[in-house]
Amino acid sequence: MTSHSQPSVLWQRRSTRRYNPFLGFFSDYHLGLFVGLSLFYSLEVVLGNKTLKKMVSANVSGDLSSEMEVDAFRRLFPLRYHERFLLDSIRPDARPLGRARDTSLALGAVASADGSALAKIGCTTMLAAVKMEVMTPPKESPDEGSIAIEFYMPPICSPLVRPGRPAEEAPVVSKQLSDTILSSGMINLKELSLVSGKAAWMAYLDIYCLDADGSLFDAALLAAVAAFSHLRIPVVSLNEEGRVVVVSEENEEGKSEKEPVNKGKRKLTLSSLPFSLTCILHKNYILADPTAEEESIMETLVTVVLDSSGQLVSLYKPGGPVLAYASAVQDCIALTRQRVKELKSILNEAISDMEVD
Amino acid sequence: MSMEIGRDDGRTANQLRPLACSRNILNRAHGSASWSQGDTKVLAAVYGPKAGTKKNENPEKACIEVVWKPKTGQIGKPEKEYEVILKRTLKSICLLNINPNTTTSIIIQVVSDDGALLPCAINAACAALVDAAIPLKHLAVAICCCLTESGYVILDPTKVEEQKMKAFAYLVFPNSAISIIPEGSSHMEGELMEHGIITSVTHGVMSVDDYLHCLERGQAASTKMSAFLRRSLQSQAPNDSSRAG
Repeated sequence: MTSHSQPSVLWQRRSTRRYNPFLGFFSDYHLGLFVGLSLFYSLEVVLGNKTLKKMVSANVSGDLSSEMEVDAFRRLFPLRYHERFLLDSIRPDARPLGRARDTSLALGAVASADGSALAKIGCTTMLAAVKMEVMTPPKESPDEGSIAIEFYMPPICSPLVRPGRPAEEAPVVSKQLSDTILSSGMINLKELSLVSGKAAWMAYLDIYCLDADGSLFDAALLAAVAAFSHLRIPVVSLNEEGRVVVVSEENEEGKSEKEPVNKGKRKLTLSSLPFSLTCILHKNYILADPTAEEESIMETLVTVVLDSSGQLVSLYKPGGPVLAYASAVQDCIALTRQRVKELKSILNEAISDMEVD
Repeated sequence: MSMEIGRDDGRTANQLRPLACSRNILNRAHGSASWSQGDTKVLAAVYGPKAGTKKNENPEKACIEVVWKPKTGQIGKPEKEYEVILKRTLKSICLLNINPNTTTSIIIQVVSDDGALLPCAINAACAALVDAAIPLKHLAVAICCCLTESGYVILDPTKVEEQKMKAFAYLVFPNSAISIIPEGSSHMEGELMEHGIITSVTHGVMSVDDYLHCLERGQAASTKMSAFLRRSLQSQAPNDSSRAG
């Protein structure tokens, strides 16, 4: 801080106070009183509405104070709150233990990308977009393209993520996603080749988490698979210098010397699509598709990825206080099998909706 | 059914590479250990418990922090993933309520990598925690099981074998408990406690039955490894004349 000479000290002190033009000559005391009173009245209105809603929905003729304590109990003793529900084989959002949240898919969410999808599982929202670029393939694999997968958790997704404090899960989910997609064999890299040894496609898949409410990997994988299903490979042709350029739609007619290199093949053939389900193990219970609150209280997560032919692509259990016995593993795999059927039908519906347009 | 799988170093399918564990090798660290399986060698150092926890962590429990240093190159996403897996695995074996509001740091340095790196690191970290006298519930033994193209399961692959394989799985089990009471070993619905998985990380596509075979083989091998761990940790315990017995 630069120091000012003595006469200007008063000026400096005045200018560092926040200047509110509307209050004019009002002092701090008046400002405080005004803000405090308005806050008090607005809270009164809000609380009044909330307690009214609780009275209506509660069906309990008991006193108001016991209803208000439910939220407090949930914050102070989260484990006991959830176990009270687990005893009745249900969860706080009225789901049975093995059921996942409502899932929806929208293809073509990003118009400027070559393939994109928006996936929502409950409140968890993921936006995936694929952009293709032509590159020279490396010498070790001259007739294969490549895929670069990146997963971002911007501060919009969760109050725990701030620009200087990146989320711990982001690089883990990113690596898990790239391992799963590349090892599942969903995409045959040879299909991404254009001219052997000279040109091949590089597909950049970017997945943005817009809302993080548990099961991040499931939603991200679903969005990635949907984006690849929606992918339309751009038409390219060789220009005069022998380089591969993208043919834009307007120049289609009249350029007979520019033969499109890949006119026929515009979509990727996806062989076996991987789908996943994350479960929580807690004592003897297995909870499918946890929310962020459940994940933070009961820390043992198991993520099972199966492909559409029933093969196990990945079983990921990163530690956790509860040990997974063979029976629990079998139960998780059975829950995942059911979920794979649900997700396949949701994806097929979304694809057929797109094709109708 | 004798499976004659020609492994490059002449081992059978179930044979582990020679294991070596030494403790208390670093002077300044509160606990340290080095673990080697064949040519894969990892050094682990433990500093802690130190006062204070990080911002988002629960101050009523002890906190564990892991730093993974690769042999060469910069720290990237694979290292961050290993850090998170190690952190969660070690968190589940530590008794976190004993020293609340403290942080224990575990630093892993890869000395040489010849396959099965993550299991080697977990074993080294476990031995280092014992050396630092951090209170633990039980130890963890980690093993790598590979699936060949023909469907056989082999244990503890070298790097060359790992890259050739169809799929592999890193499995971590709790070590087997020796109890003086005959019915003492805890049973969970007919299964022994040491058959439960603490951590499982798989890579590559395999069928569900193959994975369950890997689990069985891993459980059998973990018994051998926990016997080795127990022997090596006991034999290096300092002879303290002030202690009873």
